[in-house]
Amino acid sequence: MKTRHLLAPALLAASGIAMAAPDLGQAAKQATNWTAISMFAIFVVFTLFITKWAAAKTRSASDFYTAGGGITGFQNGLAIAGDFMSAASFLGISAAVFLDGFDGLIYAIGFLVGWPVITFLMAERLRNLGRFTFADVAAYRFHQKPIRVFAASGTLVVVAFYLIAQMVGAGQLIKLLFGLEYWIAVVIVGILMMVYVLFGGMTATTWVQIIKAVMLLAGASFMAFSVLAQYNFSPEKLFATATEVHAKGDSIMGPGTFLKDPISAISFGMALMFGTAGLPHILMRFFTVPSAKEARKSVLWATTWIGYFYILIFIIGFGAIVLVGTNPDFKDGAGKLLGGNNMAAVHLAKAVGGDIFLGFISAVAFATILAVVAGLTLSGASAVSHDLYATVFKKGKANSADELKVSKITTIALGVIAVLLGIAFEKQNVAFMVSLAFAIAASANFPVLFMSVLWSKCTTRGATIGGFLGLATAVILTIVSKSVWVDVLGNASAIFPYTSPAIFSMAVGFFGIWFFSVTDKSPRAAIDKAGFEAQEVRSETGIGAAAASAH
Amino acid sequence: MDQDVVQRVKSDPDYRKLVAKRSRFGWILTWSMMVVYYGFTLLCAFDKEFMGSRIGEGAMTWAIPLGVFVIVFTVVVTAIYVRRANGEYDALTDAIKARAAKGEKVAA
Repeated sequence: MKTRHLLAPALLAASGIAMAAPDLGQAAKQATNWTAISMFAIFVVFTLFITKWAAAKTRSASDFYTAGGGITGFQNGLAIAGDFMSAASFLGISAAVFLDGFDGLIYAIGFLVGWPVITFLMAERLRNLGRFTFADVAAYRFHQKPIRVFAASGTLVVVAFYLIAQMVGAGQLIKLLFGLEYWIAVVIVGILMMVYVLFGGMTATTWVQIIKAVMLLAGASFMAFSVLAQYNFSPEKLFATATEVHAKGDSIMGPGTFLKDPISAISFGMALMFGTAGLPHILMRFFTVPSAKEARKSVLWATTWIGYFYILIFIIGFGAIVLVGTNPDFKDGAGKLLGGNNMAAVHLAKAVGGDIFLGFISAVAFATILAVVAGLTLSGASAVSHDLYATVFKKGKANSADELKVSKITTIALGVIAVLLGIAFEKQNVAFMVSLAFAIAASANFPVLFMSVLWSKCTTRGATIGGFLGLATAVILTIVSKSVWVDVLGNASAIFPYTSPAIFSMAVGFFGIWFFSVTDKSPRAAIDKAGFEAQEVRSETGIGAAAASAH
Repeated sequence: MDQDVVQRVKSDPDYRKLVAKRSRFGWILTWSMMVVYYGFTLLCAFDKEFMGSRIGEGAMTWAIPLGVFVIVFTVVVTAIYVRRANGEYDALTDAIKARAAKGEKVAA
């Protein structure tokens, strides 16, 4: 039965691609689209077989949310790295390096430095206290309802912004790479993502992410290798040539205009560093491994792969400067890059590996978006089914089958919403959305998680009010900053002068939690504080954690 | 978790040793990461001239090796922590757990 359900959307998607391509392909260009489309089709068929295999293993809510805890540290590390190596970082950061040189590396480093902080302060405690979502940890000793409502809001807001950015990116990218209509691309992403999550849950989502991570790392390694090979593996020669041919000359070898002022620099760094430790779809991955040991191994692998990937991206960006920027074939009449600057890495793929490799990289870029949106959707669905439905609505008495059903309904709802929003935002500038997601995660989710686990005097009231204050501050300051107030709403100048709100909104979040906890004299506050000792023992040793996941 | 177990674990000298050592080590590494990263960020924001200056005769500037250093440092501190936590700290944790479990049986 399951097989038929799974194959039908696959055929639908495949035939959709096959039928849509020829007429649109003529209007766009080149036969290379066919290579990309067939490679992507192979990826899709392969991942659907994995989904079929995963579906057989996805029986309970626990299987759905955490793959039954059966992922190894190495696999989980690749999956986490996959969540981070989105199309935005592959195409966006290489484009930033192509345009400004070193500034692109400053941006990339920000995404990496949150990992050690997660490892040292959070990973172990998360693993020992939680089961499915980060709300399990944040709400451990508190009154469940308010904290769960907060955590679910924090999750859904972060997921929504991240998802819209990915969907719009997918539509634009596919339009360029495959020559498909924008809306068709968005619908394909939406349908495939729903199939993965609905039938395969976390097992399928993780394996799709792992396969994509391996493909992306292999492709990027080949590109960086080919670039360096042309310069006898001497970075010096590559940099020397780049400074000769780049319009900005020597200035690409040092920091430029990316960090406008020190406050923006620190604030942006904080959003990236602490935001990573508050992203719900990342935190969820700590529950897919069987032990704290494996959880630590997974962060080490993730950090290693992501660090390696960003070094590759830097080389790829410089490769694009020397091999793409100097080649008129990749430019239009006005001397601009065909398809926009985000195409720098894609053009480089053609320059070093020809049409076949270009097809491979295009397929990988599409697969990347697919894998990332699947993880986001799963995380949003768990917030609704586990935090809102099972804990708040059913007061912890929901049975696994009903909870699973609610997650699946939510997955469909989120898929439909993502497609609609993706289409609605087609012409909008969504560049601010990923940074906003990080700023919210850093200002709302992270402070609540951190204080509830480490501060004995934190109370339900403090965590809930402080968390919402951090969330609201991050959103409001982003709206009145340049990226929305000027770039989206079209006002002349921004009210909030800095690039990122994090330094202020994180302070508001932490202050709110502190203030509304110390002034909390309610009977509930006494229970919250009394619960700290037991929580601390479990978070440090894991005693009681195994028993909790057995029932 | 039953309050007896909590108290028994809390009074275990190994537990106190584990928590003190691990959190001290974790915070030292966290601060070292912050110093390296924010130091790098501030250098990029304040001293663009130094970052953009050439190291030797060639095109290579200070910015590039420093940037790569931050990436390598990030991976290395994570590796140092994970190695110690998966060895020394886990051994301590297992001992504490074993004692807590034994105590439970006696109490029951």
